[in-house]
Amino acid sequence: MTTDAPAFERSFRVEGITRVEGEGSLHLVVRGGEVTEARLKIFEAPRYFEQVVVGRHPDQVIDIVARICGICPEAYQMSAAGAFESIFGVQVDPQVRALRRLLYAGEYIESHALHVYLLHAPDFLGYASAIDLAKDHRAVVEQGLALKKVGNDLMAVVGGRSIHPVNVRVGGLYRVPARDELLAMRPRLVAALEQAKATLEFVARFDAPPFEREVRLVSLRHPSEYPLFDGRIVSHDGSIDVGIGEWRSVFHEEHHEGTNALHARTATGETYQLGPSARVTIAAEQLHPIAREALEQTGLAGQIARNPFWSIAARGVELVHYCAEAIDIIDAYERPARPFEPWTPRAGAAGWGSEAPRGICWHHWETDAQGMVTRAQIVPPTSQNQGQIEADLRGFAPGVLDLEHAEATRRLEQLIRSYDPCISCATHFIDLTVDAS
Amino acid sequence: MARASTTPRPRLGVVKLASCDGCQLMLLNLEDELLAIADRIDIVEFPEATTHRSSGPYDVVLVEGAVSTPEQLEQIHEVRREAKLLVTIGACATAGGIQAMRNWRDHDAFRAAVYAHPEYIESLATAQPVADYVKVDAELRGCPINAGQLLELVTALLTGRRPDLPDEAVCAACKRAGRVCVMVSQGIPCLGPVTMTGCGALCPGFDRGCYGCFGPRESANVDSLSRGFVHMGRTPSEAGRLFAGFTGYAEPFRGLITELGGVPGTTPVPRATAAPEGAAGHAAPTPAGSPAQAGGQR
Repeated sequence: MTTDAPAFERSFRVEGITRVEGEGSLHLVVRGGEVTEARLKIFEAPRYFEQVVVGRHPDQVIDIVARICGICPEAYQMSAAGAFESIFGVQVDPQVRALRRLLYAGEYIESHALHVYLLHAPDFLGYASAIDLAKDHRAVVEQGLALKKVGNDLMAVVGGRSIHPVNVRVGGLYRVPARDELLAMRPRLVAALEQAKATLEFVARFDAPPFEREVRLVSLRHPSEYPLFDGRIVSHDGSIDVGIGEWRSVFHEEHHEGTNALHARTATGETYQLGPSARVTIAAEQLHPIAREALEQTGLAGQIARNPFWSIAARGVELVHYCAEAIDIIDAYERPARPFEPWTPRAGAAGWGSEAPRGICWHHWETDAQGMVTRAQIVPPTSQNQGQIEADLRGFAPGVLDLEHAEATRRLEQLIRSYDPCISCATHFIDLTVDAS
Repeated sequence: MARASTTPRPRLGVVKLASCDGCQLMLLNLEDELLAIADRIDIVEFPEATTHRSSGPYDVVLVEGAVSTPEQLEQIHEVRREAKLLVTIGACATAGGIQAMRNWRDHDAFRAAVYAHPEYIESLATAQPVADYVKVDAELRGCPINAGQLLELVTALLTGRRPDLPDEAVCAACKRAGRVCVMVSQGIPCLGPVTMTGCGALCPGFDRGCYGCFGPRESANVDSLSRGFVHMGRTPSEAGRLFAGFTGYAEPFRGLITELGGVPGTTPVPRATAAPEGAAGHAAPTPAGSPAQAGGQR
């Protein structure tokens, strides 16, 4: 099949992108070697969360927004809690705050292990799924599942369960664990740290498609912590640097036909990339020393910043980081006197963000004098990455046109998966359509 | 392995409607059992986990999510045709889930409030449980479902027996766990007396009230419990709001919510004004979204 004749049109359609969370599709048209259309459509049924929460109490809202995503419920809970605490002027106790980081660390370990081993590694190794991968490399998949289980169990210890934890409330937590409950997790985290290092070494040997480009990386940045639910919103090139509540001053959402997600752009209409590659690049200094050293040993820091396929290595680095940080939090833990700070409702408005495993999940909440929600804006990471995914598809597709159709399609899907799109969050369905005409 | 080549393995599909993906994720969260399950079952459709696709036929299909768009309505009928056993998993598929809160409200207004171009958005006026449209052979409740119950269901299906699932209130599980009642000791409203267990009375163990993830248990006395919440100082609509969560669209929660005006932005509809019995008895969310009507149109 030739593709260079100027009049030749080739289109790639995938009507159900797999190994992503939710439902979406890709439609890509190449004419004369140039991509004339690249659309990642999100078909997920709209669920109207921003309306369902109106008139509700903030603590009930924290339970509701978890249901936007079964894989990253903490991202939604923490962003909402941060905004409400900003409105009501609540300072969370430092040990309670550390417990929130520990709960969120569990979510990173669970979500990244899931993505690296079950969703993304099969692409690099040429399998349809981790179940197929396990037929040839059972120990590899078992290591991924073991790591994932530690993340889930850590979430259960702090949050009650791994999917839709029940412990976060405005001002802190409902219950704080005894030190012994956390210590029971410690040996498992020590083992998980070694598995996380092995994971990074394993994925660093993968063969990533050569696709380097300049892109604007955006994440939170905090002077002394690896970015999670505090700090400023910054870009790696310094062009963006605003308070955590000021997302709207530099970004906006647009609604495009054919998608149930709102796309986000910078004020000047540009796309940007969120997620592990952005964080590892922007916050390299704040990585746990063990994770920083592991990253250095891979020699991939520059590639992670420029090649989206290497997000798998960035996830490996963060697996190491959060296993190491979780151990440190447990070692320093002293059970706080009370699980939450009381607060007084008031009318107000505030934005807040937290770093979901796939990038900044930004919220803006408004309350009335009784503290009830009057308005909500929820900007999930995937709808922010969607524009960059489409830009990357445009850039990457010309390089795969010499491959046979199924292989070219697979590469395009692999690129989309590099972003760990969580389409249930973005509204919620990925479907990649690649047909040759 | 020799057995696998002679006896065909059961074909399992996992299908998603309007949902958060959390209940199907529970299958991947069976970390210790997943590979053993995959040895015995042919997972032919599970788009979250595998690139292999199949539109059926299935021996068992697990359906996550509420029926919420015109496409999903077509899809659920197709899936039903292709499946020997259809099992709904989770609060969205069994009770409509949190998106069913829109069933009490004006859908067009919701759509216009969230999206700049509501005309780009296709969705049904209501989000409904799967059983409102097609026959369901078994259900797993919960928001999310419980991993142990999922494993029990899969094992039972494999061995051809009935799954052994709990049939008691959260209260019973809570007492057995030796917990102090949060309602009696701390005055925290708790749905434990009227909610099916499955979580192991998780929330009372975290010093908070149950919020109904597993939905109403049989013969739940919601009127008595809501009056109790009012005695504890809640207004009737606040009492109704405690039920208006992930399983609020399931009866008898649904009728109570309607009567008390539990969904924000709605006003109470006294029971006397409604027809005498059953789901339709509580004026609530029927019009365009009446399951029977919508189902009948297909």
